[in-house]
Amino acid sequence: MSAAADGSAAGDLAAVRAMFPALSRSVHGKRLVYLDSAASAQKPSAVLDAMDDFYSRSYANVHRGVHALAEEATAAYEEARADVARLLGAHADEIVFTSGTTGSINIAAHSLVPTFDGGEIVVTAMEHHSNFVVWQQLAKRHGMALVVIPVRPDFTLDMARMRAAIGPATRVVAFSHASNVLGTINPAKEICELARAAGALTVIDGAQAVPHLRVDVEEIGCDLYACSGHKMYGPTGIGALYGRRELLARMAPAWFGGEMVHEVTIKETTWAEPPMRFEPGTPNIAGAIGMGAAARFLRSIGHGRIAAHERDIVAYALPLLAAVPGLSIIGPQAAEGRIGAISFTLEGVHPHDVAAVLDGHGVAVRAGHHCAQPLHCMLGVDSTSRASVGIYTTRDDIDVLVRALSSVREVFG
Amino acid sequence: MSGNGAGRSAGGVDRDQVGEGELTQEQLLYRENILDHYRNPRNRRRVPDATASARGKNPLCGDEIEMFLVVEHGKIADAAFEGKGCAISQASASMLTRKLKGMEAAHALGLGQESMTGMLRIPIGVVRMKCAMLALRTAQDAIRKAGMPVADGAGKQEDDQ
Repeated sequence: MSAAADGSAAGDLAAVRAMFPALSRSVHGKRLVYLDSAASAQKPSAVLDAMDDFYSRSYANVHRGVHALAEEATAAYEEARADVARLLGAHADEIVFTSGTTGSINIAAHSLVPTFDGGEIVVTAMEHHSNFVVWQQLAKRHGMALVVIPVRPDFTLDMARMRAAIGPATRVVAFSHASNVLGTINPAKEICELARAAGALTVIDGAQAVPHLRVDVEEIGCDLYACSGHKMYGPTGIGALYGRRELLARMAPAWFGGEMVHEVTIKETTWAEPPMRFEPGTPNIAGAIGMGAAARFLRSIGHGRIAAHERDIVAYALPLLAAVPGLSIIGPQAAEGRIGAISFTLEGVHPHDVAAVLDGHGVAVRAGHHCAQPLHCMLGVDSTSRASVGIYTTRDDIDVLVRALSSVREVFG
Repeated sequence: MSGNGAGRSAGGVDRDQVGEGELTQEQLLYRENILDHYRNPRNRRRVPDATASARGKNPLCGDEIEMFLVVEHGKIADAAFEGKGCAISQASASMLTRKLKGMEAAHALGLGQESMTGMLRIPIGVVRMKCAMLALRTAQDAIRKAGMPVADGAGKQEDDQ
Protein backbone atom coordinates (compact mmCIF):
# COMPACT_ATOMS: atom_id res chain seq x y z
CA MET A 1 0.00 0.00 0.00
CA SER A 2 2.93 2.35 0.56
CA ALA A 3 6.02 2.38 -1.60
CA ALA A 4 7.04 -1.26 -1.78
CA ALA A 5 10.10 -2.40 -3.64
CA ASP A 6 8.23 -4.61 -6.08
CA GLY A 7 5.10 -2.46 -6.19
CA SER A 8 2.85 -5.50 -5.75
CA ALA A 9 -0.11 -5.55 -3.38
CA ALA A 10 1.58 -8.28 -1.31
CA GLY A 11 4.81 -6.31 -1.15
CA ASP A 12 2.84 -3.22 -0.14
CA LEU A 13 1.17 -5.09 2.69
CA ALA A 14 4.47 -6.50 3.92
CA ALA A 15 5.91 -2.99 3.91
CA VAL A 16 2.98 -1.66 5.92
CA ARG A 17 3.23 -4.51 8.43
CA ALA A 18 6.94 -3.81 8.87
CA MET A 19 6.00 -0.33 10.13
CA PHE A 20 4.25 -1.85 13.18
CA PRO A 21 6.78 -3.21 15.71
CA ALA A 22 4.16 -5.10 17.75
CA LEU A 23 3.16 -7.25 14.79
CA SER A 24 6.50 -9.07 14.89
CA ARG A 25 6.01 -10.43 18.42
CA SER A 26 4.64 -13.84 19.25
CA VAL A 27 1.90 -14.82 21.67
CA HIS A 28 1.91 -18.22 23.37
CA GLY A 29 4.64 -19.23 20.95
CA LYS A 30 2.45 -18.40 17.96
CA ARG A 31 2.59 -15.55 15.48
CA LEU A 32 0.43 -12.69 16.76
CA VAL A 33 -2.74 -12.40 14.68
CA TYR A 34 -4.13 -9.08 15.81
CA LEU A 35 -7.82 -8.89 14.95
CA ASP A 36 -8.81 -6.38 17.62
CA SER A 37 -8.13 -3.10 15.86
CA ALA A 38 -11.71 -1.91 16.37
CA ALA A 39 -11.01 -1.93 20.12
CA SER A 40 -7.64 -0.30 19.63
CA ALA A 41 -5.19 -0.38 16.76
CA GLN A 42 -1.47 -1.10 16.92
CA LYS A 43 0.96 1.78 16.45
CA PRO A 44 3.38 2.38 13.57
CA SER A 45 6.93 3.53 14.30
CA ALA A 46 6.10 6.95 12.85
CA VAL A 47 3.69 7.57 15.73
CA LEU A 48 6.00 6.14 18.39
CA ASP A 49 8.97 8.12 17.07
CA ALA A 50 7.05 11.40 16.94
CA MET A 51 6.06 11.07 20.60
CA ASP A 52 9.47 9.85 21.65
CA ASP A 53 11.15 12.73 19.86
CA PHE A 54 8.86 15.22 21.55
CA TYR A 55 9.48 13.82 25.02
CA SER A 56 13.22 13.39 24.40
CA ARG A 57 13.99 16.69 22.69
CA SER A 58 11.29 19.32 22.62
CA TYR A 59 9.28 18.73 25.76
CA ALA A 60 7.70 21.80 27.34
CA ASN A 61 4.24 23.14 28.04
CA VAL A 62 2.42 24.78 25.17
CA HIS A 63 1.06 28.27 24.49
CA ARG A 64 2.77 29.90 27.47
CA GLY A 65 6.55 29.94 27.59
CA VAL A 66 8.69 32.12 25.37
CA HIS A 67 11.72 29.86 25.48
CA ALA A 68 12.89 27.65 22.64
CA LEU A 69 11.40 24.39 23.89
CA ALA A 70 8.03 26.01 24.53
CA GLU A 71 8.09 27.37 21.01
CA GLU A 72 8.93 23.96 19.56
CA ALA A 73 6.31 22.21 21.64
CA THR A 74 3.63 24.73 20.68
CA ALA A 75 4.55 24.49 17.02
CA ALA A 76 4.42 20.68 17.13
CA TYR A 77 1.07 20.74 18.96
CA GLU A 78 -0.51 23.16 16.50
CA GLU A 79 0.99 21.32 13.53
CA ALA A 80 -0.67 18.16 14.86
CA ARG A 81 -3.98 20.01 14.94
CA ALA A 82 -3.48 21.00 11.31
CA ASP A 83 -2.66 17.37 10.41
CA VAL A 84 -5.86 16.10 12.03
CA ALA A 85 -7.81 18.88 10.29
CA ARG A 86 -6.39 17.85 6.90
CA LEU A 87 -7.34 14.24 7.57
CA LEU A 88 -10.97 15.24 8.22
CA GLY A 89 -11.24 17.91 5.54
CA ALA A 90 -11.55 20.68 8.15
CA HIS A 91 -9.76 23.89 9.11
CA ALA A 92 -7.29 23.74 11.99
CA ASP A 93 -9.36 26.11 14.15
CA GLU A 94 -12.30 23.71 13.83
CA ILE A 95 -10.42 20.90 15.61
CA VAL A 96 -10.60 20.64 19.40
CA PHE A 97 -8.22 18.18 21.03
CA THR A 98 -10.02 16.03 23.58
CA SER A 99 -9.36 12.88 25.58
CA GLY A 100 -10.99 10.70 22.91
CA THR A 101 -14.33 10.14 21.21
CA THR A 102 -16.10 9.90 24.57
CA GLY A 103 -14.55 13.19 25.65
CA SER A 104 -15.49 14.81 22.34
CA ILE A 105 -19.12 13.77 22.52
CA ASN A 106 -19.39 14.80 26.16
CA ILE A 107 -18.07 18.27 25.35
CA ALA A 108 -20.56 18.56 22.50
CA ALA A 109 -23.50 17.30 24.54
CA HIS A 110 -22.75 19.26 27.72
CA SER A 111 -22.32 22.43 25.72
CA LEU A 112 -25.38 22.01 23.51
CA VAL A 113 -28.11 20.35 25.54
CA PRO A 114 -28.52 23.06 28.23
CA THR A 115 -29.22 25.59 25.44
CA PHE A 116 -32.21 23.64 24.15
CA ASP A 117 -35.65 24.47 25.42
CA GLY A 118 -37.08 20.96 25.47
CA GLY A 119 -37.50 18.98 22.26
CA GLU A 120 -36.05 15.69 21.12
CA ILE A 121 -32.66 14.06 20.77
CA VAL A 122 -32.48 11.40 18.06
CA VAL A 123 -29.93 8.57 18.40
CA THR A 124 -29.69 5.12 16.87
CA ALA A 125 -29.91 1.67 18.42
CA MET A 126 -26.44 0.82 17.13
CA GLU A 127 -24.63 3.47 19.15
CA HIS A 128 -21.60 2.74 21.28
CA HIS A 129 -22.33 3.77 24.89
CA SER A 130 -20.14 6.82 24.32
CA ASN A 131 -22.74 8.25 21.94
CA PHE A 132 -25.77 6.95 23.81
CA VAL A 133 -25.49 7.29 27.58
CA VAL A 134 -24.55 10.98 27.55
CA TRP A 135 -27.62 11.88 25.43
CA GLN A 136 -29.89 9.63 27.49
CA GLN A 137 -28.74 11.22 30.74
CA LEU A 138 -28.74 14.84 29.55
CA ALA A 139 -32.16 14.37 27.96
CA LYS A 140 -33.44 13.32 31.39
CA ARG A 141 -31.79 16.23 33.18
CA HIS A 142 -33.10 18.81 30.74
CA GLY A 143 -36.59 17.44 30.15
CA MET A 144 -35.98 16.29 26.59
CA ALA A 145 -37.20 13.15 24.85
CA LEU A 146 -34.77 10.53 23.55
CA VAL A 147 -35.82 8.94 20.26
CA VAL A 148 -33.98 5.73 19.33
CA ILE A 149 -33.94 4.68 15.66
CA PRO A 150 -33.93 0.87 15.33
CA VAL A 151 -31.79 -1.40 13.17
CA ARG A 152 -33.41 -3.43 10.38
CA PRO A 153 -33.11 -7.22 10.08
CA ASP A 154 -30.31 -6.74 7.50
CA PHE A 155 -28.35 -4.82 10.18
CA THR A 156 -28.68 -1.46 8.44
CA LEU A 157 -30.21 1.58 10.03
CA ASP A 158 -33.96 1.92 9.55
CA MET A 159 -33.89 5.09 7.43
CA ALA A 160 -37.67 5.15 7.04
CA ARG A 161 -37.93 5.50 10.81
CA MET A 162 -35.14 8.07 10.76
CA ARG A 163 -37.00 10.15 8.17
CA ALA A 164 -40.20 9.92 10.18
CA ALA A 165 -38.46 10.79 13.44
CA ILE A 166 -36.61 13.92 12.36
CA GLY A 167 -38.92 16.92 12.55
CA PRO A 168 -39.49 20.34 14.07
CA ALA A 169 -39.03 19.00 17.63
CA THR A 170 -35.62 17.51 16.80
CA ARG A 171 -32.72 19.45 18.32
CA VAL A 172 -29.85 17.00 17.75
CA VAL A 173 -29.33 13.86 15.69
CA ALA A 174 -26.40 11.83 17.10
CA PHE A 175 -25.24 8.74 15.24
CA SER A 176 -22.22 6.64 14.46
CA HIS A 177 -20.61 6.92 11.04
CA ALA A 178 -19.81 3.19 11.25
CA SER A 179 -21.00 0.73 13.89
CA ASN A 180 -18.34 -0.80 16.14
CA VAL A 181 -20.41 -3.99 16.46
CA LEU A 182 -22.20 -4.48 13.13
CA GLY A 183 -19.64 -2.81 10.92
CA THR A 184 -22.52 -1.06 9.14
CA ILE A 185 -21.64 2.25 7.49
CA ASN A 186 -24.51 4.69 7.99
CA PRO A 187 -25.65 7.16 5.30
CA ALA A 188 -24.11 10.13 7.12
CA LYS A 189 -24.66 12.67 4.37
CA GLU A 190 -28.34 11.81 4.00
CA ILE A 191 -28.96 11.96 7.74
CA CYS A 192 -27.21 15.33 7.95
CA GLU A 193 -29.40 16.67 5.13
CA LEU A 194 -32.53 15.50 6.90
CA ALA A 195 -31.38 17.11 10.15
CA ARG A 196 -30.38 20.37 8.52
CA ALA A 197 -33.73 20.64 6.77
CA ALA A 198 -35.40 20.26 10.16
CA GLY A 199 -33.12 22.81 11.80
CA ALA A 200 -31.44 20.18 13.97
CA LEU A 201 -27.73 19.79 14.71
CA THR A 202 -25.78 16.64 13.89
CA VAL A 203 -23.14 14.94 16.05
CA ILE A 204 -21.30 12.02 14.45
CA ASP A 205 -19.30 9.38 16.30
CA GLY A 206 -16.54 8.74 13.78
CA ALA A 207 -14.33 6.54 15.97
CA GLN A 208 -14.76 3.50 13.73
CA ALA A 209 -14.89 5.39 10.44
CA VAL A 210 -11.75 7.54 10.46
CA PRO A 211 -9.26 4.63 10.39
CA HIS A 212 -11.05 2.97 7.46
CA LEU A 213 -12.93 5.50 5.33
CA ARG A 214 -12.14 8.82 3.75
CA VAL A 215 -13.91 11.32 5.96
CA ASP A 216 -14.64 14.82 4.69
CA VAL A 217 -16.73 16.70 7.21
CA GLU A 218 -17.71 19.39 4.75
CA GLU A 219 -18.90 16.87 2.21
CA ILE A 220 -20.83 15.01 4.89
CA GLY A 221 -22.30 18.29 6.05
CA CYS A 222 -22.23 17.51 9.76
CA ASP A 223 -22.04 20.04 12.56
CA LEU A 224 -19.82 18.08 14.94
CA TYR A 225 -17.67 14.99 14.36
CA ALA A 226 -15.82 13.01 17.04
CA CYS A 227 -12.92 10.59 16.73
CA SER A 228 -10.18 8.92 18.77
CA GLY A 229 -6.44 8.79 18.29
CA HIS A 230 -5.95 5.21 19.40
CA LYS A 231 -8.31 3.67 16.87
CA MET A 232 -6.53 5.42 13.98
CA TYR A 233 -3.09 4.01 14.87
CA GLY A 234 -2.32 6.90 17.23
CA PRO A 235 -1.94 6.95 21.01
CA THR A 236 -4.60 6.57 23.70
CA GLY A 237 -5.95 9.46 25.76
CA ILE A 238 -6.30 11.78 22.79
CA GLY A 239 -9.11 12.48 20.39
CA ALA A 240 -10.61 15.25 18.34
CA LEU A 241 -13.89 17.07 18.09
CA TYR A 242 -14.50 18.78 14.78
CA GLY A 243 -17.00 21.60 14.96
CA ARG A 244 -18.21 23.88 12.19
CA ARG A 245 -16.47 27.21 12.71
CA GLU A 246 -19.59 29.31 13.26
CA LEU A 247 -21.12 26.68 15.53
CA LEU A 248 -18.02 26.43 17.75
CA ALA A 249 -17.96 30.24 17.92
CA ARG A 250 -21.38 30.33 19.56
CA MET A 251 -20.97 27.24 21.75
CA ALA A 252 -20.26 27.79 25.42
CA PRO A 253 -17.43 25.80 26.97
CA ALA A 254 -18.43 22.58 28.65
CA TRP A 255 -15.87 22.93 31.41
CA PHE A 256 -13.63 25.59 32.77
CA GLY A 257 -10.06 26.40 33.73
CA GLY A 258 -6.94 28.09 32.46
CA GLU A 259 -5.82 28.45 28.84
CA MET A 260 -9.42 28.74 27.66
CA VAL A 261 -10.14 32.29 28.77
CA HIS A 262 -9.94 35.68 27.19
CA GLU A 263 -10.26 37.75 30.35
CA VAL A 264 -11.05 36.83 33.93
CA THR A 265 -12.30 39.31 36.51
CA ILE A 266 -13.71 38.66 39.96
CA LYS A 267 -17.23 38.72 38.53
CA GLU A 268 -16.98 37.60 34.92
CA THR A 269 -14.97 35.57 32.46
CA THR A 270 -14.91 35.86 28.70
CA TRP A 271 -13.86 32.96 26.58
CA ALA A 272 -10.97 32.51 24.25
CA GLU A 273 -11.79 31.83 20.62
CA PRO A 274 -12.32 28.21 19.55
CA PRO A 275 -10.65 25.76 19.67
CA MET A 276 -8.80 26.99 22.80
CA ARG A 277 -12.15 27.69 24.45
CA PHE A 278 -12.73 23.95 24.72
CA GLU A 279 -9.24 22.97 25.87
CA PRO A 280 -8.86 24.09 29.49
CA GLY A 281 -5.74 23.03 31.34
CA THR A 282 -2.52 21.60 30.00
CA PRO A 283 -3.52 19.40 27.10
CA ASN A 284 -2.27 15.91 26.22
CA ILE A 285 0.55 17.41 24.17
CA ALA A 286 2.42 14.19 23.35
CA GLY A 287 -0.89 12.48 22.58
CA ALA A 288 -1.84 15.24 20.15
CA ILE A 289 1.55 14.99 18.47
CA GLY A 290 1.10 11.24 18.19
CA MET A 291 -2.38 11.66 16.74
CA GLY A 292 -1.02 14.19 14.26
CA ALA A 293 1.63 11.66 13.21
CA ALA A 294 -1.09 9.02 12.82
CA ALA A 295 -3.08 11.39 10.60
CA ARG A 296 0.00 11.91 8.41
CA PHE A 297 0.57 8.16 8.34
CA LEU A 298 -3.00 7.52 7.13
CA ARG A 299 -2.74 10.24 4.50
CA SER A 300 0.61 8.94 3.28
CA ILE A 301 -0.94 5.58 2.52
CA GLY A 302 -4.21 7.04 1.35
CA HIS A 303 -7.75 6.12 2.26
CA GLY A 304 -8.45 4.82 -1.23
CA ARG A 305 -5.84 2.10 -0.80
CA ILE A 306 -6.77 1.45 2.82
CA ALA A 307 -10.44 0.96 1.94
CA ALA A 308 -9.62 -1.25 -1.06
CA HIS A 309 -7.30 -3.46 1.00
CA GLU A 310 -9.75 -3.82 3.87
CA ARG A 311 -12.67 -4.51 1.53
CA ASP A 312 -10.60 -7.31 0.00
CA ILE A 313 -9.91 -8.81 3.44
CA VAL A 314 -13.56 -8.52 4.51
CA ALA A 315 -14.78 -10.05 1.25
CA TYR A 316 -12.33 -12.91 1.82
CA ALA A 317 -13.29 -13.38 5.47
CA LEU A 318 -17.10 -13.25 5.37
CA PRO A 319 -17.77 -16.46 3.39
CA LEU A 320 -15.04 -18.38 5.24
CA LEU A 321 -16.49 -17.36 8.59
CA ALA A 322 -20.05 -18.05 7.48
CA ALA A 323 -18.96 -21.58 6.55
CA VAL A 324 -17.78 -22.36 10.11
CA PRO A 325 -20.45 -24.70 11.57
CA GLY A 326 -22.65 -22.90 14.10
CA LEU A 327 -21.25 -19.47 13.32
CA SER A 328 -23.62 -16.55 12.71
CA ILE A 329 -22.34 -13.19 11.51
CA ILE A 330 -24.05 -10.33 13.34
CA GLY A 331 -23.88 -7.65 10.69
CA PRO A 332 -24.22 -7.11 6.96
CA GLN A 333 -23.31 -10.31 5.12
CA ALA A 334 -21.61 -8.61 2.17
CA ALA A 335 -18.39 -6.60 2.13
CA GLU A 336 -20.03 -3.53 0.61
CA GLY A 337 -21.42 -0.86 2.91
CA ARG A 338 -19.52 -2.07 5.91
CA ILE A 339 -16.16 -1.83 7.65
CA GLY A 340 -14.18 -4.81 8.88
CA ALA A 341 -15.59 -5.05 12.39
CA ILE A 342 -17.05 -8.55 12.09
CA SER A 343 -19.09 -9.69 15.08
CA PHE A 344 -20.32 -13.23 15.34
CA THR A 345 -21.74 -15.84 17.65
CA LEU A 346 -20.72 -19.48 17.76
CA GLU A 347 -23.58 -21.73 18.74
CA GLY A 348 -23.18 -23.24 22.19
CA VAL A 349 -19.98 -21.40 23.12
CA HIS A 350 -19.84 -18.20 25.12
CA PRO A 351 -17.93 -15.43 23.30
CA HIS A 352 -15.48 -15.14 26.18
CA ASP A 353 -14.60 -18.79 25.76
CA VAL A 354 -14.24 -18.29 22.01
CA ALA A 355 -11.83 -15.43 22.59
CA ALA A 356 -9.83 -17.35 25.19
CA VAL A 357 -9.33 -20.38 22.96
CA LEU A 358 -8.43 -18.15 19.99
CA ASP A 359 -5.88 -16.41 22.22
CA GLY A 360 -4.15 -19.76 22.65
CA HIS A 361 -3.64 -19.71 18.89
CA GLY A 362 -2.16 -16.22 19.00
CA VAL A 363 -5.40 -14.70 17.68
CA ALA A 364 -6.59 -11.54 19.42
CA VAL A 365 -10.33 -10.84 19.15
CA ARG A 366 -12.75 -8.99 21.39
CA ALA A 367 -15.62 -10.64 23.24
CA GLY A 368 -18.51 -9.02 25.04
CA HIS A 369 -21.18 -6.47 24.25
CA HIS A 370 -18.61 -4.01 22.87
CA CYS A 371 -20.09 -1.13 24.88
CA ALA A 372 -23.34 -1.43 22.94
CA GLN A 373 -25.81 -3.03 25.35
CA PRO A 374 -28.96 -1.47 23.83
CA LEU A 375 -27.98 -2.96 20.46
CA HIS A 376 -27.30 -6.42 21.87
CA CYS A 377 -30.59 -6.25 23.73
CA MET A 378 -32.46 -5.36 20.52
CA LEU A 379 -30.70 -8.13 18.61
CA GLY A 380 -31.54 -10.60 21.36
CA VAL A 381 -27.96 -11.75 21.95
CA ASP A 382 -26.10 -11.39 25.24
CA SER A 383 -22.73 -10.82 23.72
CA THR A 384 -20.69 -11.52 20.62
CA SER A 385 -17.13 -12.18 19.54
CA ARG A 386 -15.64 -9.64 17.19
CA ALA A 387 -12.75 -9.98 14.78
CA SER A 388 -11.80 -6.62 13.35
CA VAL A 389 -9.67 -5.79 10.37
CA GLY A 390 -7.05 -3.08 10.08
CA ILE A 391 -4.59 -1.70 7.60
CA TYR A 392 -2.16 -4.55 8.40
CA THR A 393 -4.57 -7.51 8.31
CA THR A 394 -3.63 -10.29 5.89
CA ARG A 395 -5.60 -13.12 4.31
CA ASP A 396 -3.34 -15.44 6.28
CA ASP A 397 -4.61 -13.79 9.49
CA ILE A 398 -8.12 -14.76 8.42
CA ASP A 399 -7.02 -18.33 7.64
CA VAL A 400 -5.50 -18.67 11.12
CA LEU A 401 -8.70 -17.30 12.65
CA VAL A 402 -10.92 -19.73 10.77
CA ARG A 403 -8.72 -22.72 11.64
CA ALA A 404 -8.65 -21.67 15.30
CA LEU A 405 -12.44 -21.38 15.31
CA SER A 406 -12.69 -25.05 14.36
CA SER A 407 -10.56 -25.93 17.39
CA VAL A 408 -12.97 -23.93 19.58
CA ARG A 409 -15.65 -26.32 18.47
CA GLU A 410 -13.41 -29.28 19.29
CA VAL A 411 -12.85 -28.02 22.85
CA PHE A 412 -16.52 -27.30 23.46
CA GLY A 413 -17.99 -29.81 21.07
CA MET B 1 -2.14 -9.69 31.80
CA SER B 2 0.46 -8.59 34.32
CA GLY B 3 -1.63 -5.83 35.86
CA ASN B 4 -1.72 -6.83 39.51
CA GLY B 5 1.91 -7.71 39.78
CA ALA B 6 1.20 -10.55 42.18
CA GLY B 7 2.99 -13.11 40.04
CA ARG B 8 2.19 -16.63 41.08
CA SER B 9 -1.31 -17.93 41.28
CA ALA B 10 -2.46 -21.32 42.48
CA GLY B 11 -0.99 -24.18 40.53
CA GLY B 12 2.44 -22.60 40.39
CA VAL B 13 1.87 -20.90 37.05
CA ASP B 14 3.21 -17.40 36.79
CA ARG B 15 0.30 -15.16 35.93
CA ASP B 16 2.63 -12.50 34.61
CA GLN B 17 3.71 -14.87 31.90
CA VAL B 18 0.27 -15.54 30.48
CA GLY B 19 1.04 -13.67 27.28
CA GLU B 20 4.55 -14.98 26.69
CA GLY B 21 5.24 -18.69 27.15
CA GLU B 22 4.07 -21.43 24.88
CA LEU B 23 0.88 -22.53 26.56
CA THR B 24 -1.69 -24.75 25.03
CA GLN B 25 -4.54 -22.56 26.02
CA GLU B 26 -7.13 -25.26 25.50
CA GLN B 27 -5.38 -27.57 27.92
CA LEU B 28 -4.50 -24.89 30.39
CA LEU B 29 -7.55 -22.70 30.45
CA TYR B 30 -10.12 -25.36 29.94
CA ARG B 31 -8.89 -28.26 31.95
CA GLU B 32 -11.24 -31.16 31.84
CA ASN B 33 -12.32 -30.39 35.38
CA ILE B 34 -13.56 -26.93 34.47
CA LEU B 35 -15.26 -28.14 31.32
CA ASP B 36 -16.91 -30.88 33.36
CA HIS B 37 -18.34 -28.33 35.82
CA TYR B 38 -19.40 -26.15 32.90
CA ARG B 39 -21.16 -28.96 31.07
CA ASN B 40 -22.55 -30.67 34.16
CA PRO B 41 -22.97 -27.92 36.71
CA ARG B 42 -23.47 -29.06 40.30
CA ASN B 43 -26.23 -27.46 42.37
CA ARG B 44 -27.66 -25.60 39.44
CA ARG B 45 -31.20 -25.04 40.59
CA ARG B 46 -33.40 -22.41 42.13
CA VAL B 47 -34.03 -22.65 45.86
CA PRO B 48 -37.43 -21.13 46.66
CA ASP B 49 -36.86 -21.16 50.43
CA ALA B 50 -33.36 -19.70 50.33
CA THR B 51 -32.64 -17.47 53.30
CA ALA B 52 -30.10 -15.45 51.33
CA SER B 53 -30.00 -14.77 47.60
CA ALA B 54 -28.56 -12.21 45.25
CA ARG B 55 -28.02 -11.54 41.56
CA GLY B 56 -24.65 -10.65 40.14
CA LYS B 57 -23.60 -9.49 36.73
CA ASN B 58 -20.26 -9.13 35.04
CA PRO B 59 -20.92 -6.20 32.72
CA LEU B 60 -17.72 -6.94 30.87
CA CYS B 61 -18.97 -10.03 29.13
CA GLY B 62 -22.54 -10.38 30.29
CA ASP B 63 -22.06 -13.26 32.74
CA GLU B 64 -25.02 -13.54 35.08
CA ILE B 65 -25.26 -15.46 38.34
CA GLU B 66 -28.03 -15.80 40.89
CA MET B 67 -26.90 -17.40 44.13
CA PHE B 68 -29.23 -19.12 46.59
CA LEU B 69 -28.08 -19.92 50.11
CA VAL B 70 -29.90 -21.58 52.99
CA VAL B 71 -28.21 -20.41 56.17
CA GLU B 72 -29.17 -22.09 59.43
CA HIS B 73 -27.64 -20.97 62.75
CA GLY B 74 -24.90 -19.12 60.86
CA LYS B 75 -23.97 -22.16 58.83
CA ILE B 76 -24.58 -22.62 55.07
CA ALA B 77 -26.81 -25.69 54.83
CA ASP B 78 -27.42 -25.45 51.10
CA ALA B 79 -25.96 -23.49 48.21
CA ALA B 80 -27.14 -23.38 44.62
CA PHE B 81 -27.04 -21.11 41.62
CA GLU B 82 -28.67 -20.19 38.35
CA GLY B 83 -26.95 -18.32 35.59
CA LYS B 84 -25.53 -18.03 32.14
CA GLY B 85 -22.16 -16.99 30.86
CA CYS B 86 -18.69 -18.19 29.97
CA ALA B 87 -17.17 -21.46 31.13
CA ILE B 88 -15.05 -19.81 33.82
CA SER B 89 -17.98 -18.00 35.42
CA GLN B 90 -20.32 -20.98 35.39
CA ALA B 91 -17.75 -23.60 36.45
CA SER B 92 -16.56 -21.41 39.30
CA ALA B 93 -20.16 -21.03 40.50
CA SER B 94 -20.62 -24.79 40.37
CA MET B 95 -17.40 -25.40 42.33
CA LEU B 96 -18.21 -22.67 44.83
CA THR B 97 -21.60 -24.12 45.76
CA ARG B 98 -19.89 -27.35 46.78
CA LYS B 99 -17.27 -25.51 48.79
CA LEU B 100 -19.83 -23.38 50.60
CA LYS B 101 -21.99 -26.20 51.90
CA GLY B 102 -21.28 -26.69 55.58
CA MET B 103 -19.24 -23.49 55.85
CA GLU B 104 -19.90 -20.75 58.39
CA ALA B 105 -21.51 -17.82 56.57
CA ALA B 106 -19.12 -15.46 58.32
CA HIS B 107 -16.19 -17.47 57.01
CA ALA B 108 -17.56 -17.32 53.47
CA LEU B 109 -17.47 -13.53 53.69
CA GLY B 110 -13.73 -13.75 54.16
CA LEU B 111 -13.01 -15.80 51.04
CA GLY B 112 -11.11 -14.05 48.28
CA GLN B 113 -9.36 -14.51 44.94
CA GLU B 114 -7.04 -17.26 46.12
CA SER B 115 -10.02 -19.40 47.10
CA MET B 116 -11.35 -19.29 43.56
CA THR B 117 -8.05 -19.73 41.74
CA GLY B 118 -7.30 -22.56 44.17
CA MET B 119 -10.40 -24.38 42.99
CA LEU B 120 -10.02 -23.54 39.30
CA ARG B 121 -6.28 -24.31 39.38
CA ILE B 122 -5.49 -22.39 36.21
CA PRO B 123 -3.76 -19.08 35.64
CA ILE B 124 -6.35 -16.32 35.50
CA GLY B 125 -5.44 -12.95 34.06
CA VAL B 126 -6.77 -9.69 35.47
CA VAL B 127 -9.55 -9.45 32.91
CA ARG B 128 -11.01 -12.90 33.42
CA MET B 129 -10.62 -12.69 37.18
CA LYS B 130 -13.98 -10.88 37.06
CA CYS B 131 -15.56 -14.04 35.60
CA ALA B 132 -13.87 -16.22 38.21
CA MET B 133 -14.94 -13.99 41.10
CA LEU B 134 -18.55 -13.36 40.07
CA ALA B 135 -20.11 -16.29 41.94
CA LEU B 136 -18.19 -15.61 45.16
CA ARG B 137 -18.92 -11.89 45.10
CA THR B 138 -22.61 -12.65 44.52
CA ALA B 139 -22.72 -15.20 47.36
CA GLN B 140 -21.08 -12.69 49.70
CA ASP B 141 -23.54 -10.05 48.56
CA ALA B 142 -26.39 -12.44 49.40
CA ILE B 143 -25.00 -13.07 52.90
CA ARG B 144 -24.54 -9.37 53.58
CA LYS B 145 -28.00 -8.48 52.26
CA ALA B 146 -29.57 -11.08 54.50
CA GLY B 147 -27.90 -9.36 57.43
CA MET B 148 -26.09 -12.41 58.74
CA PRO B 149 -24.24 -11.75 61.97
CA VAL B 150 -20.51 -11.57 61.35
CA ALA B 151 -18.61 -13.49 64.00
CA ASP B 152 -15.52 -12.04 65.62
CA GLY B 153 -13.18 -10.81 62.92
CA ALA B 154 -14.15 -13.48 60.43
CA GLY B 155 -15.59 -10.95 57.99
CA LYS B 156 -12.29 -9.48 56.94
CA GLN B 157 -10.87 -10.43 53.56
CA GLU B 158 -8.35 -13.18 54.03
CA ASP B 159 -6.53 -13.10 50.79
CA ASP B 160 -7.63 -10.23 48.60
CA GLN B 161 -5.05 -7.76 47.45
